[in-house]
Amino acid sequence: MTTPGTAGRAFPPAGLPRLIPADGPLPLAEHLDRYGPVPFDDSGPGSAGRLRPGGLIAEVERAGLTGRGGAGFPAGRKMRAVAEAGRRAGPLHSQVGTVVVANGTESEPASGKDRLLLTRAPHLVLDGIALAAEAVGASRGYLSLHAGNDELALHLAAAITERERGGLNRVPIQITSVSGGYVASQETALVSHLNGGPQKPTFVPPRPFQKGAHGRPTLVQNVETLAHIALIARFGAEWFREMGSAAAGSALVTVSGAVSRPGIYEIALDMPVGDLLRQAGGPSEPPQAILAGGYFGGWLPYPQALGVPVSDPALRAVGATLGPGVLVVLPESACGLAETARIAGYLASQSAGQCGPCLNGLPALASTLGQLAFGRPDRRALGWAEQLLTLVAGRGACHLPDGAAAFIASSLRTFGAELRRHGSSGPCSRVRRRPVLPAPGLTAPARTPPGRTPPQRARPEPARPGRTGPRRSARRP
Amino acid sequence: MNPRLRVNPIACEAHGLCTELLPELITADPWGYPIIASGPVPDSLIPLARRAVAACPTLALLLSDGE
Repeated sequence: MTTPGTAGRAFPPAGLPRLIPADGPLPLAEHLDRYGPVPFDDSGPGSAGRLRPGGLIAEVERAGLTGRGGAGFPAGRKMRAVAEAGRRAGPLHSQVGTVVVANGTESEPASGKDRLLLTRAPHLVLDGIALAAEAVGASRGYLSLHAGNDELALHLAAAITERERGGLNRVPIQITSVSGGYVASQETALVSHLNGGPQKPTFVPPRPFQKGAHGRPTLVQNVETLAHIALIARFGAEWFREMGSAAAGSALVTVSGAVSRPGIYEIALDMPVGDLLRQAGGPSEPPQAILAGGYFGGWLPYPQALGVPVSDPALRAVGATLGPGVLVVLPESACGLAETARIAGYLASQSAGQCGPCLNGLPALASTLGQLAFGRPDRRALGWAEQLLTLVAGRGACHLPDGAAAFIASSLRTFGAELRRHGSSGPCSRVRRRPVLPAPGLTAPARTPPGRTPPQRARPEPARPGRTGPRRSARRP
Repeated sequence: MNPRLRVNPIACEAHGLCTELLPELITADPWGYPIIASGPVPDSLIPLARRAVAACPTLALLLSDGE
């Protein structure tokens, strides 16, 4: 529960929720009353900014905050890299300062937490953008949303206007919308889009922290990460670490599938999966497996998954991930192979088509998975699937092929017994069940038989005249 | 530390010259795209690696000290 602030000095929330107030969204004045004023470094004597030795970046490092967008990269280290690159780069042409991009695109189909956070706690995210911008020396900020969220964009634009009057927009924050699919929210794709290029990942280096939007060092941070930064700036690293254990702090997790109360839960990290499922009302029908981390994550068999702590390191140790905080419970009534084959088809459809191994490998994987799920898999099909997994992993400009390979490999481990049953007696009746996993834009399951289709040639998009955009770095003089 | 070979997968169009010129370190996948052996390039192969890099028509093959 949150204690109301007195005379502009707020007490930190003692428990959960930290991020999303039950009575949100709060108007700016109420938000500032509850959480305290935005602690800019120069907010005057006695301000929270003065209490941070080494500034906000050091405080975020001490807090041990990791990115909540999926990759789990240490947030403080990323901020430091941008701040240092900004100092090294100095002014370039007319541009000065670095850039902050808040990533609220949330392209993971089974995740809903960023949208909820932006709807119910917009000022916490905007505080985070302003504070991170000050810490890394940014002169402009962007808030990237997925296109089609007009209502959310208007809601956030109103919140930004509200802050204008309070003098809180020290750097201009512009809302941008991204219309692409799964890979368009990857950080190099966001930067490419802001530079007028295609909404597609680019080859690294240069990474955004080196050379991003407007050619400036750019901090791309998930919106939940920024909201945590806004709280760490106010209440400190020690307060942040009061929650969680090996992995620090709290996180938003979207729980869906066969649970009685699907929804978005803020939890202390390292809480066992079983405890979180109990919070979500427990299974609504007999469960068989859990997908942790979304479509770059992995399947875990049901009873074994319950004791695993919900945190990225703990989930990685057993072959899954936390991703952007996604848990889906798969009921016994569904076929794990059919679900995986369908998502393999979805992920293949999300390839930007830039890299040959992804453009060719993901459809081949999807059709092979289709044969394993909907045909009668033999050893050859399984062998080809396993070979394809090693052929695509690590061979794209972005992590789509790696993530897809890890997700599919986990299905072969977790549904091994199912695979043998399909092999001996053909597809089970459960393949016809209504799909559990969401796959926007995909209607029919992948049923095409595997065939060695002639290779597709990845052709880079022709440069658009009159627009600046990162092209192939190798051709730069 | 010896340099490493890397391919820019966006620029690569599977012309296949690198797999012809440096089969010791580069093989083709089923679609003709190069698979680079992991690890640094041994001394004896550095001249050949340089030649493969220079021959790539899309400048997708890179020789670097790594990131």
